Amino acid sequence: MASAALAHSHAPEHAHYTSTGLNSNKIAIWAFIGSECFFFASLISTYLIYKGRSIVGPFPHEACNPPVCATALKPILNIPVTSTSTFVLLMSSLAMVLAHSAVVRGDRKYSKIWLAMTALLGSTFLGFQAYEFTSFVHEGLKITTNLFGSSFFVLTGFHGAHVTAGVLWLMTLLFIDIRRGLAPRDAINVDCCALYWHFVDVVWIAIFTLVYLIK
Amino acid sequence: MATTVAAPRHAVGPARYESGIWSWLATTDHKRIGQLYLYTALAWFLIGGFEAEIIRTQLYGPNGRLVSFETYNQLFTMHGTTMIFMVVMPLSAAFFNYLIPLQIGARDVAFPRLNAFSYWVFLAGSLFMNVSWLFRAAPDAGWFGYAPLTTPPYAPGPNIDFWLIGLQILGLSSLAAGFNFLTTIINLRAPGMNLMRMPIFTWMSFVTQFLLVLAFPIITVAVTFLMFDRFFGTNFYEVAAGADPLLWQHLFWLFGHPEVYILILPAFGLVSEVLPVFSRKPLFGYPVMVYSGILIAFLGFGVWAHHMFAVGMGPIADSIFSITTMLIGIPTGVKIFNWLGTMWGGSLRFTTAMKFGIALVGLFTIGGISGVMHSSPPSDLQQTDSYFIVAHFHYVLFGGSLMGLFAGLYFFYPKITGRLMDERLGSWHFWLTFIGMNLTFFPMHFLGLDGMPRRIASYDANQGWDMNNHIATIGAYILGAATLIFFYNWFRSMRRGPVAGNDPWGAATLEWTISSPPPVYNFATVPTVTSRYPLWDMKSAQPAAAPRPAQPAGRVPTAEELGIPMPTPTVKPFVAALGLTIAFTGLISHKNLPILFLGAATFVATLYSWLLTPLEPEH
Repeated sequence: MASAALAHSHAPEHAHYTSTGLNSNKIAIWAFIGSECFFFASLISTYLIYKGRSIVGPFPHEACNPPVCATALKPILNIPVTSTSTFVLLMSSLAMVLAHSAVVRGDRKYSKIWLAMTALLGSTFLGFQAYEFTSFVHEGLKITTNLFGSSFFVLTGFHGAHVTAGVLWLMTLLFIDIRRGLAPRDAINVDCCALYWHFVDVVWIAIFTLVYLIK
Repeated sequence: MATTVAAPRHAVGPARYESGIWSWLATTDHKRIGQLYLYTALAWFLIGGFEAEIIRTQLYGPNGRLVSFETYNQLFTMHGTTMIFMVVMPLSAAFFNYLIPLQIGARDVAFPRLNAFSYWVFLAGSLFMNVSWLFRAAPDAGWFGYAPLTTPPYAPGPNIDFWLIGLQILGLSSLAAGFNFLTTIINLRAPGMNLMRMPIFTWMSFVTQFLLVLAFPIITVAVTFLMFDRFFGTNFYEVAAGADPLLWQHLFWLFGHPEVYILILPAFGLVSEVLPVFSRKPLFGYPVMVYSGILIAFLGFGVWAHHMFAVGMGPIADSIFSITTMLIGIPTGVKIFNWLGTMWGGSLRFTTAMKFGIALVGLFTIGGISGVMHSSPPSDLQQTDSYFIVAHFHYVLFGGSLMGLFAGLYFFYPKITGRLMDERLGSWHFWLTFIGMNLTFFPMHFLGLDGMPRRIASYDANQGWDMNNHIATIGAYILGAATLIFFYNWFRSMRRGPVAGNDPWGAATLEWTISSPPPVYNFATVPTVTSRYPLWDMKSAQPAAAPRPAQPAGRVPTAEELGIPMPTPTVKPFVAALGLTIAFTGLISHKNLPILFLGAATFVATLYSWLLTPLEPEH
């Protein structure tokens, strides 16, 4: 099925013979993901190096009491809320798989439903993140407050930016699906989007484990 | 720019490129983009070289006062940044662009429009950084931009803003090109060209793309932290907030050392193409050359902290990085011996390209040996931040990368222009470069061991440094003269040089089977490859009839006549790069949000329009 979709791909940049038989877009996406691994690895490493080195609070897992902090501050990370948003993002990967599968078998109805569902779940995750960021700022943690604030907001902010780009990609695919319909020959383009989406999801699993769960 | 690279007048058939500036803005042809990279990099080479001449003039004698100390800081920073990011890397990119599709038997790269985008982004980034000169605010913290020295308390002016945003833009260009060439080499090889039949230049380029794609995200993160520190007040490099003063150094060199191999491996690849042809022998130990290139790249990610022995990382870290650094000398040494093995017993022809190639083997070895010297921490502590280091990296970067790139320029000039470069002027260029280079950089070893520090704008008399500085400056002037001869030769030969024909050197690889310059579609029929040396096979199959494939009689047919679909020219990559630059300009000009959003909106809108338009006309 997938190979038939490849063979009939009308995606413009690679309509010809390829050495591996694979679609060039897909190879480029894999190269991009390899690069992104080093990008997020650098961000996560910096977060971990700076863990516990902040001079003033709030801190992620520990309370901060006077005289270190002007007022008593609770640990700032809200594990139950973030667990919920993590679950939402994981479910979006399932929706993505179902969307791809619907496009491959030419199911016009479910391709739209699952693409919309993936984008919706991704947006929900972003909503959670917006709530989290706002409440942290209210509790006294800004990007300029301490090392934790800087490394936390930049790391999760860049992840959020990646999710945003993915939601835009999904909505573009959905728009095309509504306008002219995604045929099995378009499956490769949905496949590329899915690879990216799953990657962003996997990065979040790493962030959730290393930043939120490990004290 | 566009006018200087017009096709030579002798070109067979009708003008294969439509002319005019528009055709260059809208081109997606890898050969034209390669030439854009080439001429842009050569222009920056003149500017970066001019900066070096001012530096050397200032240092000619003690107490030099040609330029102020502030200007001197800007000069050495921009000299290093220019030569690395705007000369050696884009010259390599010029060869990637021009040669990789020809060497693997493809009609273009995998993503021609992304390729054009990479070039325009590179041009924008290099201009962005150099515009700072007009504001008398050129970057002044060294090409490595050590934070916390580059954080606002120590660098309040806009100098560093120009540097970090310029670097960010240049990084985007390299990343986009990296994805493109990786895909091209993996996926667009002609039938029969398995990996171990790939020309060695393509192999080394392939390895380089992995380094680019994996090393640049690290510097992107390091520079992003610095951007946030400078623009939004974060604390990544704020030592008072508890930040680690070594964070930047680790991130920078984790990128910076692979970057060193990004600079040298393409030159190694070029020389590995040149030496066999002028020795009339296949490359000695081709598989070992490939494996040692891969090993160099792999080990290249594990040696970064040898740039930091002096910061006191402790004996364990020092020992580990010392050992990995010594290890990386082994595959490099293997390459040197393989080049010697290639020449051994060959029938050597000392063309200019060959002379530059042999010079790389010798001079890089000197730089490599001084490199092994400071792989030992106790020895490094004597040498670090002294002119010994300056001598070392100029032997590997000038003696290595640039010599290799010059070899490549002389070797591929006839393929690019259709004419041969003048060998007599070439010989002058080579010998003056060789003598000038050694006069400039060899005395720096002694200066370093005599205690002269790097990056000082002036020095007192009576320290025993005068004579060696005199010699180095005279050498630099000789290098300047040699470079002028090179440029004269380049443009003169474009009009007066003898017509080259398809294969002037008796080479072995696919690019020499087609006309010079190649037709826009490269190969009328995609070749089938059965060995590493397809053209030598063709020659030995019909030795009497055609010792060399003849210049095709008459004109080369156009793509339309052959029914080969060609990409539609488009300015969208140019507009997208422009949008990106406008957005970054908004960031530097006091976070001017309207300009930022205007640029970002232009970029996103153009990107959509580009991605939703097919590459070729619908058929």
